[in-house]
Amino acid sequence: MQVIKRRKWFYALSLIVIIPGIISLMLQGLNLGIDFTGGSITHIKLPSQVTSEDVRATLSKHGLDADVQKSGDEYYLRTRELTQEETDALMSSLKEDFSEVEFMSAESVGATIGGELTRNALLAISIATVLMLAYISFRFEWTFGVASVLGIIHNVLVVLGAFSIFQWEISSAFIAAILTVIGYSINDTIVIFDRIRENMKGSRKENYEELVNRSAGQTLNRSINTVLTSVFPLIALLILGGSTIKLFVLAMLIGFITGAYSSICIASSLWYDIKNQKARQAA
Amino acid sequence: MQRNTSIAIIAAIIAVIGVISYFVYQPLLNNINLGLDLRGGLRVVLEAEETEGEKVTSDTIDKAVGILRTRVDALGVKETALYPQGDKRVVIEIAGEDDPEAAVNMLKNTAQLQFMDEEGNVVLTGKNLVDAQAQMKRDGSGQAEIALEFDKEGTKLFGEATTANVGKPLIIVLDNQAISAPIVNEPIMDGHAVITGNFTAKEAQDLAVLLRSGALPVSFQVMEKRSIGPTLGADSLDKSITAGIIGLIAILIFMVGYYRLPGLIADISLVIYTLLVLGAMVAIDAVLTLPGIAGIALSIGMAVDANVIIYERIKEELRLGKTLVASIESGFKRAFTAIFDANITTLITAAVLMYFGTGPIKGFAVTLSIGIIASVLVALTFTRYMLVLFANVTKNEKVYGV
Repeated sequence: MQVIKRRKWFYALSLIVIIPGIISLMLQGLNLGIDFTGGSITHIKLPSQVTSEDVRATLSKHGLDADVQKSGDEYYLRTRELTQEETDALMSSLKEDFSEVEFMSAESVGATIGGELTRNALLAISIATVLMLAYISFRFEWTFGVASVLGIIHNVLVVLGAFSIFQWEISSAFIAAILTVIGYSINDTIVIFDRIRENMKGSRKENYEELVNRSAGQTLNRSINTVLTSVFPLIALLILGGSTIKLFVLAMLIGFITGAYSSICIASSLWYDIKNQKARQAA
Repeated sequence: MQRNTSIAIIAAIIAVIGVISYFVYQPLLNNINLGLDLRGGLRVVLEAEETEGEKVTSDTIDKAVGILRTRVDALGVKETALYPQGDKRVVIEIAGEDDPEAAVNMLKNTAQLQFMDEEGNVVLTGKNLVDAQAQMKRDGSGQAEIALEFDKEGTKLFGEATTANVGKPLIIVLDNQAISAPIVNEPIMDGHAVITGNFTAKEAQDLAVLLRSGALPVSFQVMEKRSIGPTLGADSLDKSITAGIIGLIAILIFMVGYYRLPGLIADISLVIYTLLVLGAMVAIDAVLTLPGIAGIALSIGMAVDANVIIYERIKEELRLGKTLVASIESGFKRAFTAIFDANITTLITAAVLMYFGTGPIKGFAVTLSIGIIASVLVALTFTRYMLVLFANVTKNEKVYGV
């Protein structure tokens, strides 16, 4: 498989995907849910003839400025943090105005908790990444560790970028999705690197280009089959799963596919470039 | 091994797995603790309010959890979980109540009882109570009152206070609100007192429970509250299960279609694998949440991946012209380092999450860790043994998808 010869194309493709994402992250950031910002979301089901305008009118009776999202007959009302009394008052006046109101869920998060969640998530991801880097450097060689961590960053940026561009809302479950993507892509990358490590032992003559191409080719069937089998349940969940987990599944789906691509085309190529750079410096 | 012996062993293994799954799956599924996101309910995170002078420590929180637990039992709040989170917080999860909000509002009352004299000096507190009982007023008004009984120190203090305040009111204060101010007629030395006020029977009973269980050492504020209606919870669960089953069937079909006989072995391994994961979840009393389902999905992916890595390796060895048994042996040996390193790195992530994560993220980390360990175990023991057994039965390499 001619990975190394085409690597400039792969880099270019990744940049084409990642750069708009980064620009979007800088310009409009992420659409953070109440888990991060604090606030309340009331999720209800209303009769089909009701419109978002009607719902907004009821909300304004309570002096609430809400972001109303409609999905079928279900509404998500995002407001500032409400007390129990306020939620009760809101529910009873919704019942008054629309008669049939089915309560689905209500969430209320204080602003301090949101801040902590962000800090803890960043901390957990950083520590996990450092530990993985250490483990891979110990089991393989630091060049593999650096290449695989760059691969992880690549995959996370693709997912974050997509969520920023499309302004999909981010909840605390999104962090779990990102972590799954990290776990998955590292798993993918290690299988290829394991093969490179094994093939290196066999050959004395160090032609890295041939080495990477051969290893990627030997593990290609596995890479494809594994991404297929992992994607089956995700697609099923995306189509059949409830509205609450759609975005969660979508994040994993984007991440898994990106992860399979990047382990073959990006992480291996990066390893080749790092390794060559090192060899040149040594010379 | 003889061919016939191998066939007999294979048949026996498949029969045993079939019987076990038939009888064990449903009870296991019924015994798994479902998180509130899957069954509906209320989750509240309370944070202790620090006052000047009094620092909140994990000790305070432990004490508060103990008192809250007594209250939950005494009030009969159904299916409640209580646990501390960090150094300043308590999480209350209620799944079995019609009006969980009311239950939480009741539970989180500080219930600090004070007796004050006219000048506002505290003469006695609820700390000295040994009992509090609701009873009906004897005047036939249908109103309830609460009879208090003090301990030895309380009896003495109450005696002194009533002696000093004959003809004057003693103010009864609950959580910084005066609830009644009876005039003292004569000194009371027997350590009994009655709180009257506008209580219904239910209110008086609840208040008596709160007083009996003691005041919370600090007052608490609601930091986070999530309530999931029962329809939404059940809906999410049903949909996730349906999707999970369809995804699993797709994997099973794909594995047999692509890898033939070894694919079938992988499918049987997956059955054992899911049994192990469910069993472990029940054994350690883990709670299954939506992110937890994601953790299982990832670990199923990794379990299948272990099989894929092994089979691809075996095929490669076969193409090199090795015999079937030799290919299986060396295929396993060579696949091992990849499977080992890949799973250890994922396990590192899971361990970090388990340590740092709270709530949903922890649930994810727990199921992922269980899944990884189970998948490696099954791949390295059962799958391997079955492959060797089948190799005794047929040496035809076509069934290995070569």
